[in-house]
Amino acid sequence: MSGEHAESLHGHDHAPATLRGYLTGFILSVVLTAIPFWLVMSSALDSKTVTIAIILALGAMQIVVHVIYFLHMDAKAEDGWNLMSFLFTATLILIMLVGSMWIMFHLRDNTHPQPTASEVRNMP
Amino acid sequence: MATAAPQDRSELAEFLFGRLSLDSLAFLHDPILLGTFIGSAIGGMAVLGWVTKQQLWGYLWREWFCSIDHKKIGVMYIILALVMLLRGFADAIMMRTHQAVAFGDSMGYLPPHHYDQIFTAHGMIMIFFVAMPMIAGLMNIIVPLQIGARDVAFPFLNNLSLWLSTAGAALVMVSLFVGEFATTGWLAYPPLSGAEHSPGVGVDYYIWALQIAGVGTLLTGINFLVTIVKMRAPGMRLMKMPVFTWTALCTNVLIVAAFPVLTAALALLAMDRYLGTHFFTADGGGNAMMYINIIWIWGHPEVYILILPIFGVFSEVVPAFSRKPLFGYTSMVYATCVITILSYLVWLHHFFTMGSGASVNAFFGLATMIISIPTGAKLFNWLFTMYRGRIRMTLPMMWTLAFMVTFTVGGMTGVMLAIPPVDFLLHNSLFLIAHFHNVIIGGVVFGFFAGFNFWFPKVTGFRLEEFWGKVSFWLWLVGYWVAFTPLYILGLMGVSRRMSHFDDPSLQIWFEIAMVGAFLIAGGIAAFFMQIYVSFRKREELRDHTGDPWNARTLEWSTSSPPPPYNFAFTPVVHEQDAWWDMKKRGYERPTQGFIPIHMPKNTAAGMVLSAIATICGFGLIWHIWWMVIASFVLLVIGSIVHTFNTDRDYHIPAEEVARIEAERTQQLAAAGAQA
Amino acid sequence: MSANQGTATTPEFYLREEHHVENGSMLGFWLYLMNDSLIFAILFACYGVLGANYAGGPGPAELFDLRLIAVNTALLLLSSITYGMVMIEMQRKNVRAMQMWFVITGLLGAGFIGIELYEFAHLIHIDAGPGRSAFLSSFFALVGCHGLHVTFGIIWLVTLMVQLQKRGVDAVMWRRVSCLSLFWHFLDVVWIGVFTFVYLMGVLR
Repeated sequence: MSGEHAESLHGHDHAPATLRGYLTGFILSVVLTAIPFWLVMSSALDSKTVTIAIILALGAMQIVVHVIYFLHMDAKAEDGWNLMSFLFTATLILIMLVGSMWIMFHLRDNTHPQPTASEVRNMP
Repeated sequence: MATAAPQDRSELAEFLFGRLSLDSLAFLHDPILLGTFIGSAIGGMAVLGWVTKQQLWGYLWREWFCSIDHKKIGVMYIILALVMLLRGFADAIMMRTHQAVAFGDSMGYLPPHHYDQIFTAHGMIMIFFVAMPMIAGLMNIIVPLQIGARDVAFPFLNNLSLWLSTAGAALVMVSLFVGEFATTGWLAYPPLSGAEHSPGVGVDYYIWALQIAGVGTLLTGINFLVTIVKMRAPGMRLMKMPVFTWTALCTNVLIVAAFPVLTAALALLAMDRYLGTHFFTADGGGNAMMYINIIWIWGHPEVYILILPIFGVFSEVVPAFSRKPLFGYTSMVYATCVITILSYLVWLHHFFTMGSGASVNAFFGLATMIISIPTGAKLFNWLFTMYRGRIRMTLPMMWTLAFMVTFTVGGMTGVMLAIPPVDFLLHNSLFLIAHFHNVIIGGVVFGFFAGFNFWFPKVTGFRLEEFWGKVSFWLWLVGYWVAFTPLYILGLMGVSRRMSHFDDPSLQIWFEIAMVGAFLIAGGIAAFFMQIYVSFRKREELRDHTGDPWNARTLEWSTSSPPPPYNFAFTPVVHEQDAWWDMKKRGYERPTQGFIPIHMPKNTAAGMVLSAIATICGFGLIWHIWWMVIASFVLLVIGSIVHTFNTDRDYHIPAEEVARIEAERTQQLAAAGAQA
Repeated sequence: MSANQGTATTPEFYLREEHHVENGSMLGFWLYLMNDSLIFAILFACYGVLGANYAGGPGPAELFDLRLIAVNTALLLLSSITYGMVMIEMQRKNVRAMQMWFVITGLLGAGFIGIELYEFAHLIHIDAGPGRSAFLSSFFALVGCHGLHVTFGIIWLVTLMVQLQKRGVDAVMWRRVSCLSLFWHFLDVVWIGVFTFVYLMGVLR
């Protein structure tokens, strides 16, 4: 039920949005977006593995930046239920992504074994 | 196949009716379906005629269909569950009788195509439209009362959830007569459920019924989470919540975090069927095993969605009838939370045989066995609660004891199946069937009956009578064991599930015994309805004026039975875990004056209207009637937007009205006191 | 909580005045977003598992034009800060400024959708539609699902503009604008995953 009239306008206990907060978030996310695009588009690094590791790390950082500066999540919002549900969901996303890929790639390797180099050489 | 449209259909007919044609009404040619149709038509007409004759339409519409009162919505959920139980059980008894005779030269009385639809519909209906509404119904009725709230957080969404679930159930029922249902088994594995192997409308009925009902379930999940988090009575900290509310909280966490996975899986399957994509097809780089992987990421938490609130029911019943506080409240709460998280780490045990290899199987096998630890802890908690308690052998208690024995056996066969090498022998056998019926009937169904008998007086104001209740109990309990022990034995002998014919005559005796069990359960269901009928006839005799017929412990028993629309004239303040017991013990006196107006949400027809449009949209999608899909979808969006413009959503119950209702209750209590 | 504790023997067991319950819409909507992010998680998992199955068709390096994606990402990022301006103007109760920033945000969103539709049309035109291979199926499902969300976000935004004009900034509008703010920024977060996991890593493959 909504006690509309009794409710103050802001209703919630977390800090009001500030221009400063939004601008900080925006600048950080511009930087965190520009670096990976530049890395990939200019092929700045020789190693693909290193590039992938860097862009994944930057992507994860940018998600945290957005969640803090734009979604205004902090430990106090909604008595901590926001943060807790976010962490729970993040864990589940990790379980689902990693679990699915672990299961499915094992399945592929077991059912369609990739020939090793020596086997390929000995093929007719 | 009922769906192949004749070649010579005009383009106009194609446009207007999609795949739908007169041939879709295949039931006209099938004596069993025709009989069902005539039976349900006569029954339906009789009910409609009776309602019209009693001039109940206006009352039903205003007071029930449009109601946003959580107690009435809960009752409607349970009615939905019981109606669908009859449908699902009719499927069950057809399978049992068919398998008992389909040996050697006899092909049984169900053609294979029909038999396949029956086992698919049975599984899907029992899980989604019987067990889920049972859970939703119990949560709706009890949770707001237990936490001392006036209603749920979003009363309109609650009504919408009910009607979306009903819309899904309605689509499944329509499939009985218009077209066909899926023949794929209850989870519709591709590639069998793909467009190539299931070109008919069966799988489409399955997909859209579940998608529409799934939206309803999701809204219920969010609704109850917010209700429990935000609306608890003052003083009720988390560790003072009743255990049923705790389990409801965890179940709704599971709903919010698991149902999106089902939605995604079914959406991808639908894309394969409608748009020619290659997620789960055999060609084009698709991988059918990915569907199985995704659907079980949802599927395993789903079984805990069903069983956790039932654990909560037992945790309320056992202390009430042992006259002791629950043993190990804290461990009960932690066990529930641990199960909630672990349920996301075991999904692969449903497909050990897929071939992911030893390392993967070992991990998921171990994780599965670990879950039995918190579950075992719960059983010991109930046992220790009963130990040295003053036990009253009422019906809820009898169902609880039957559960404890039956469920433990189901748990043990579950641990057997969790051992990957054993699972390679038992996978897809009748042993598996026996196992999950053991935990679902022995757990969810027995628990539902315990809760039904326990809370019935709260909802209606009179107790259920015991004789027919006991008949029902014994028929169910004996019937369950007679029906499913043979399936354990057959499964160990290697008999597969979902067979419509057998060659080996030595197996027949076991199927005949199982059929006898199914008929015993049929007797149990009949006795259950008899119990309700007899109780209704004797309602004055069984009337409870106190609101607390069992001398129970939690807040729902502190208000009248049935509770007033606003639940509590004054919001209770909680000091101890068993709040109502504490109030009784420390001389609580019911307030009889100083009432204030109470702010309540208003009834609305929006939920019914939106769900009706969603049903039409689903029907159009199933039959490829695209104009209908587009029109109803646009209407759905517009309707939702229009609803957000409605500001006339609440009202106040005047203080005089509250005073009048409470004065009535004072008289009732005085009368009850004089009797005692 | 104003539970007025009495003496130890007879504590207060009920509130004399109406119990004030905090509105739950923001928490409820947050939970909806958690739910929605799991739908995206499954689509990401599908892309992760099936994304290398080209079935003899074209792969990401041939199909993706990163310059286009960079423009799209910029549009979405800009729309985030302009929605932030809506929130800031709402604190000042400046309806006119809110409407202006709403329009800009909506246009940026529409531009994003426009470019995405152009990209999709181009792919389908060169026979790289969703039915071509499992890779393209999972690509279209993931990116298309995000695009659908943005489209609904725009419809919602327009609805809110009408309601804002009608009611001004009251408690209900405050909540609704805040919910759309969560939704809009949430779509940004998903897009970070999309451009990293699908586009950038796809081109590297």
